[in-house]
Amino acid sequence: MEFFERFAVPHPSPLIYASMVAIGLTILAIILGITYFKKWGYLWKEWLTTVDHKRIGIMYIISALLMLFRGGADAVMMRLQTSVPDNGFLDAQHYNEVFTTHGVVMVLFMAMPFIIGMMNLVVPLQIGARDVAFPRLNALSFWLFFAGAMLFNISFVIGGSPDAGWTNYYPLASNDFSTSVGVNYYNWALQISGLGTLMTGINFIVTIIKMRAPGMKLMKMPMFTWSALITNAIIVFAFPVLTIALLMGTLDRQFGTALFTSTDGGMDMHWANLFWVWGHPEVYILILPAFGIYSQIISTFSGRNLYGYKSMVASMVIISLMSFLVWAHHFFTMGHDAFTNSIFSVTTMAIAVPTGIKIFNWLLTMWKGKIRFTVPMLYSVAFIPLFTIGGVTGVMLGVASADFQYHNTMFLVAHFHNVIIPGVVFAMLAGLTYWWPKMFGFMLNEKIGKWAFWFITVGFCFSFFPMYITGLDGQARRMYTYSEATGFGPLNMLSFFGAGLMAIGFVIIVYNVLYSIKNSPRNIGNDPWDARSLEWATQSPVQSYNFPVTPEVESADALWDQKKKGSQIFKGKVEKIHMPNNSGLPIIMSGIMFVFAFSFVFYIWAGVIISAIAFFACMVYRTFEKDDGYYIPVSEINETENKNGGAN
Amino acid sequence: MKELFPAKQVNGFVFSLLLTVVALSVYFMDMSFELGMTILLITAFIQAGVQLIIFMHAGESKDKSTIYTSLFYSIFIALVTIFGSLLAMVWGYM
Repeated sequence: MEFFERFAVPHPSPLIYASMVAIGLTILAIILGITYFKKWGYLWKEWLTTVDHKRIGIMYIISALLMLFRGGADAVMMRLQTSVPDNGFLDAQHYNEVFTTHGVVMVLFMAMPFIIGMMNLVVPLQIGARDVAFPRLNALSFWLFFAGAMLFNISFVIGGSPDAGWTNYYPLASNDFSTSVGVNYYNWALQISGLGTLMTGINFIVTIIKMRAPGMKLMKMPMFTWSALITNAIIVFAFPVLTIALLMGTLDRQFGTALFTSTDGGMDMHWANLFWVWGHPEVYILILPAFGIYSQIISTFSGRNLYGYKSMVASMVIISLMSFLVWAHHFFTMGHDAFTNSIFSVTTMAIAVPTGIKIFNWLLTMWKGKIRFTVPMLYSVAFIPLFTIGGVTGVMLGVASADFQYHNTMFLVAHFHNVIIPGVVFAMLAGLTYWWPKMFGFMLNEKIGKWAFWFITVGFCFSFFPMYITGLDGQARRMYTYSEATGFGPLNMLSFFGAGLMAIGFVIIVYNVLYSIKNSPRNIGNDPWDARSLEWATQSPVQSYNFPVTPEVESADALWDQKKKGSQIFKGKVEKIHMPNNSGLPIIMSGIMFVFAFSFVFYIWAGVIISAIAFFACMVYRTFEKDDGYYIPVSEINETENKNGGAN
Repeated sequence: MKELFPAKQVNGFVFSLLLTVVALSVYFMDMSFELGMTILLITAFIQAGVQLIIFMHAGESKDKSTIYTSLFYSIFIALVTIFGSLLAMVWGYM
């Protein structure tokens, strides 16, 4: 029994036991359901082993949505706990675990897979490629991310949840102050999903540099592809820092080194430094693809080409460089002298300039356009003022001397939710609605979608604007409760009300998906939105080989050129198409990696050694495996094209 | 004969040997720590450049601009990260 004692939850509560039962029942229901409907073969052949960028994209997005609900539940729990003074719904330890989980899940397991899912889905279609450059690596990326996400998610029922905040600062995260295995989970879950992200970065840079359709010069790429290129460049340069920081943390916690200790020559604040060397570029990894999505949507629904294409690209390149120059503003109050803080303060304010350029470009794209207020456009239009408010409060926080007043308060919490929710979450919901027909061949209901939009937007304002006020009044972040005398009660209740509205909004989105699966018409054609770029020139849903003939383009708005200027995208004649084979190796390797990391978390060295050997064995197998892919014959292509209405 | 003789590579090889000798001299000769480190840093960066351009053929292929762009981008980020961390953690830390 002694062996199993380590898996017990150190700080249990009825809520956690209920979750254990719920998780057990859900897994059982899924397994029984799949067995009953005899879907194992289908699932394995069509999804789990797939290397198709569209299906990997869809799996990323499904995982992201699941994690959105996990993180959302955490958010509602926190708002409920703080809705009235001296509330006893959660105790301090549980509150710590909940906000830690909320932060990690929302940033790394919701926002990241959502943007990577969007890139998977859209980038190869926008550049006219058949798949990404390394399709199997892409599958491995997804499954590594998935293994990391699952590892993180089981922590609260097996062994204890991490509780040192999503920033996981040392010495709080050291063995002395975080005694459960929670922070080990944090280290390993982020480590393996980070590996997946790094592979994605390399994969997409190569894809975009090497696999563009004839005629698509760099400056003729659609804006989302540009944002994906820049984002992946940032990923490749930022993520190794996280990898090393996590490794150093692991060495400290599991092998007794003294890198992040406050004694024995360690530097505890160096974790904060390394974390934000990765963490601030990470912010731009999240927001740049969102900017790309908004650019596509605003241009489509304004009926105009994107204003200031070159300045859009230039500002993204500048942002990508400057995102590496500002990280110390996350710890202005840590003990720097005024000179150091001034440097990072100035760079922080300077980075608002290229972002401002982009805002004006979007406004000028809409200027004199024929705007159609569809659901994606509503999110984009709401994004502009809300994001600007978040940006302005960001500049306030960037003033180092004033930051001593705001830091570690709800003002900061309000600020970063104010940029991330209208910035990233709105973009993802807009992109999801916009590209939904490319994934599934039908559209989401507009009317229900607008209801969801209003609930989420109004709910957002109610949730987060009160925090600006309580923050300025001195309410510290991450405090599980407060006394009535502080007077924070009513505004926190308002914030809880807003969180409730947002939750209703997300439930409406789920309802919308179910409703649309049942009721939406299926014969929507290639281009239901009257859009502009290349992905709309092929079928909805997209056939496995993307394009029957390699497209040839003249500008970023290839389809618009064809519709308005009569230029031809598909000039050649249909030939047999070379496609990559499916492979079970990525999911198997990620399963092994999961065992490896899980064993490492609990110091089960036998498991670590065996799974490490198995992992390398898989790599050796892959090295000697002969896999030349397969060809889709012309007859089959013609059949597919005719069945779905023919290639343009 | 002149076309067959890889003059550039042979010269590069001799030059990189020379750089190694200069770097080695830091160990064998008696000099101050600062001077030694300066010599090591300079010879190391020149050595890296020689290897990259002459022996790894950067700049000889079609994707020359891509290679140099990513090279300069990574040098920029490496320098910023190192000197920024020094500033944040050592020089500017009270």
